[in-house]
Amino acid sequence: MSTDKTSSTDLGKPATAPVDAPPAADAASAAVDPRLLVREQGFGGYLGELKRKVRAGELGALPVIVGLIIICIVFQSLNSNFLTAGNLSDISVAMVGTGMIAVGIVFVLLLGEIDLSVGSVSGVAGASFAVLSVLHGTPEWLALILAILTGAVAGTIHGFIFARIGVPAFAVTLAGLLFWNGFMLKILGDNGTINTNGSGVFYNLSNYFFSDIAVAYGAALVAVAVYFLSAFFDSRRREAAGVPSRPLSEIVLRTVLLAVVAFAVAFMFNQNKGLPLAVVIFLAVLILTDFVLRRTSYGRMIFALGGSVEASRRAGINIVMVRTSVYAISGTFAAVGGLFLASKISAANQGAGSGDLLMNAIAAAVIGGTSLFGGRGRTWNALLGVLVITSIQYGLALEGVAAAIQQMITGGVLLITVIIDAITRKTQKSAGRA
Amino acid sequence: MVHVSATPVLALRGVSKRFGAVQALTDVELEVHAGEVVALVGDNGAGKSTLVKTIAGVHPIDDGVIEWEGKAVQIGKPNDAQTLGIATVYQDLALCDNIDVVGNLYLGRELKKRGVLDEVEMERRSRELLTTLSIRIPSVRIPIASLSGGQRQTVAIARSMLGEPKLVILDEPTAALGVEQTAQVLDLVERLRQRGHAVVLISHNMADVKAVADKVAVLRLGRNNGVFDVKTTSQEEIISAITGATDNAVTRRAARNAEVQK
Repeated sequence: MSTDKTSSTDLGKPATAPVDAPPAADAASAAVDPRLLVREQGFGGYLGELKRKVRAGELGALPVIVGLIIICIVFQSLNSNFLTAGNLSDISVAMVGTGMIAVGIVFVLLLGEIDLSVGSVSGVAGASFAVLSVLHGTPEWLALILAILTGAVAGTIHGFIFARIGVPAFAVTLAGLLFWNGFMLKILGDNGTINTNGSGVFYNLSNYFFSDIAVAYGAALVAVAVYFLSAFFDSRRREAAGVPSRPLSEIVLRTVLLAVVAFAVAFMFNQNKGLPLAVVIFLAVLILTDFVLRRTSYGRMIFALGGSVEASRRAGINIVMVRTSVYAISGTFAAVGGLFLASKISAANQGAGSGDLLMNAIAAAVIGGTSLFGGRGRTWNALLGVLVITSIQYGLALEGVAAAIQQMITGGVLLITVIIDAITRKTQKSAGRA
Repeated sequence: MVHVSATPVLALRGVSKRFGAVQALTDVELEVHAGEVVALVGDNGAGKSTLVKTIAGVHPIDDGVIEWEGKAVQIGKPNDAQTLGIATVYQDLALCDNIDVVGNLYLGRELKKRGVLDEVEMERRSRELLTTLSIRIPSVRIPIASLSGGQRQTVAIARSMLGEPKLVILDEPTAALGVEQTAQVLDLVERLRQRGHAVVLISHNMADVKAVADKVAVLRLGRNNGVFDVKTTSQEEIISAITGATDNAVTRRAARNAEVQK
C-alpha cells in the first residue's frame, strides 16, 4: 500500500512514522519529509536560511536598501551637502505627502488592482480644506476631517462601481482622475490659488518640529523597546505552544539593527530642527496599517483576494465589501497625502495632484517591493520606495539638474525595479515560491 | 448492501435535476454511511458533478428527497450543506498561493484573540490537525505556492476537516497527480474513513476506486446504473456499467426486481 520509502523499511527505524499508521500514533508528529531543508535551530541556522532565501529570489527589502546606499554614495560624492542633517531632514518631511498616497496604493496593489485617481483626489482634499477654512471660515480641525472624508467618499464611489458593477478598476479610476481634477479646479474657482494660514494645525503638519532633543531619542528608545518586548513575548508564547519560534539571538540581532537605525535617524533630526511631526504621523500610519494588514482578519481577506478571488469567495469572504473598502482606504490616504503636500507649500493651487504625483506614488509602492500582481507587499514598502524617489529628486535638485532629467532618472529607477521584481518572481517560481 | 441496518448519513431518494431542456439527473438514488467510502463514477457528462453540486447546495434539486441521518432536509444553498456537516473539496482546490498553509486552513474562519489574529493558536492547531491526518508538509509556514500538487490536495482536504464534517465530498482528488502523490491522497482518504467520516469520492481512475472505495455508484446519462461492492466486483463489470454495455432490457428488469424486494 505504502509507496513511501522511509516507511517501507520501518524495522529498527522508530523515528520515522509509518505512513499508514492509525491516527492514534502521535509519533507521527516527528514525521518530516527527508528531502526538506529544515532550518537548523539557533543563530547559524538563521544565517543559512538567509543565504538560501537570497539564492531562491526572496530578496525582500534587500535590493531597495542596497539601492538607497548606492544613491547616498553617488549623491554624496557629487555634492557633499547631500548627507547633511538639513538635507536629510528636508527629504524626510517632503516624502510624507507622496508616502501617504503610496500607503493607499499598497492596499490597492495587494488586491492586484490599480488606482489612478489618487493624484486628483489628493488635490481635491487640499483644495476643499483651503476653500472651507480660508474662504468659509470653517474651524481647521473640522475642515481637515471634511477634506479627509472627501477622499474617503471618492474612494468608496470608485470601489463600489468597480466591485459591485464590475467595471475594470483601471477605467473607473481613470474616470475618477479626470473628474476629481475638474472638481478641484471648480471649487478653487477663478483665482486658482488659495494661500492657507501661516500657523495652526494644518501649517504644523509639515512645519512643526519637536525641537527638544529628548523627543527624538525618546521615540527611538520606545520603538526599540516595544519591538524587542513584542518579539520576545511572541517568541516565548510560541515556545510555550510548541510551535517553532525565533531564537533569542535572532531577536537580539534584529533589535540591535533597529536600534542603530532608529538612533542614527534621531541623531540626524536632532542635528537639524528636531523630530518632524510629519515623520511621526507617517511612521504611526505605517505601524497601524502594517498591523491591520498582518494581524487582523480584514488584512488577511485583502491578501486572500490578491491571491485567489475564487478561493476567497468560497471561504465566505465578502468580496464587494473588501474591494470597496480598500478603495475607500486608498482615497482616504490620498486625501491625507494631499493635505501634507498642500501644507508643505501652505497653499492649494491648480497644479496640485497633477503632474508626476500619481506616478511617483505608484512607483514608490512598487520600488519598495509591493508586487504588481497582487497578494505580496507591506505598507513599509511605501516608506522605502518613497525614500528612494525623494532622495533622487533632492539629490538631482542639489546638482541643479533640470526637472526633465529628474523625471527620466526616476523612470529609469522604476524600470530597474520592475525588472528586479519580474526576475525575482521568475527565480521564485523556479524555486517553487511564487 | 453491507450496512443495511445503520441509517445512512446521507441518502438521495429519486433526485432529479433539470437545466432548461437538459435532464441532468433522473431519479438518482445514493446512500452513504459513516465510515464508508463511496466512489461515484461515470463517463463525462454522466451527471457526477451535478449530483455533487446538489448535495453541496450549489444546485437545489427539482424533485426527490435528500435525507440527512434519516430525516428529509432541504439543501438550498452551500451554507445549508455546511451547517449539516457536508464539506466539499472541488477539483480546483481554491487555495491562495500567496498565503501560508496555516492561513489557508483557517481562511474565512480565523481564530482571534481580542480582535487580533491568534497566529500561535492557529499554527498549533494546524500542526495538530495535519499530524492526526498524518499529512506531511515541510512547514506550515510556507506559502501554498511552494507545495507540490499532492500536498496542496492534502491541504485542501485538511481544510475541509476543520469543521469536523460528517460527510466529505472529494471531486477528482487524484486527477493530475503523480504516483507518489496519488498514494498520499488515497492514504488520507483511508484515514478519513478510519475516523468515521463518510466519504464520496468522484474519480475517473479505476485503480484508485478499487484501492480505497467500499462501494461504487455508477451514473450513466443522469441515471443510476448500478451500485457495486468493490471487493466482489471486477473492474470490467464496473467499466461496462459506466460505458453502458450493461444498460439493456435484462439489467433494467433486474434492477426493477431488486427495487421491489427492497
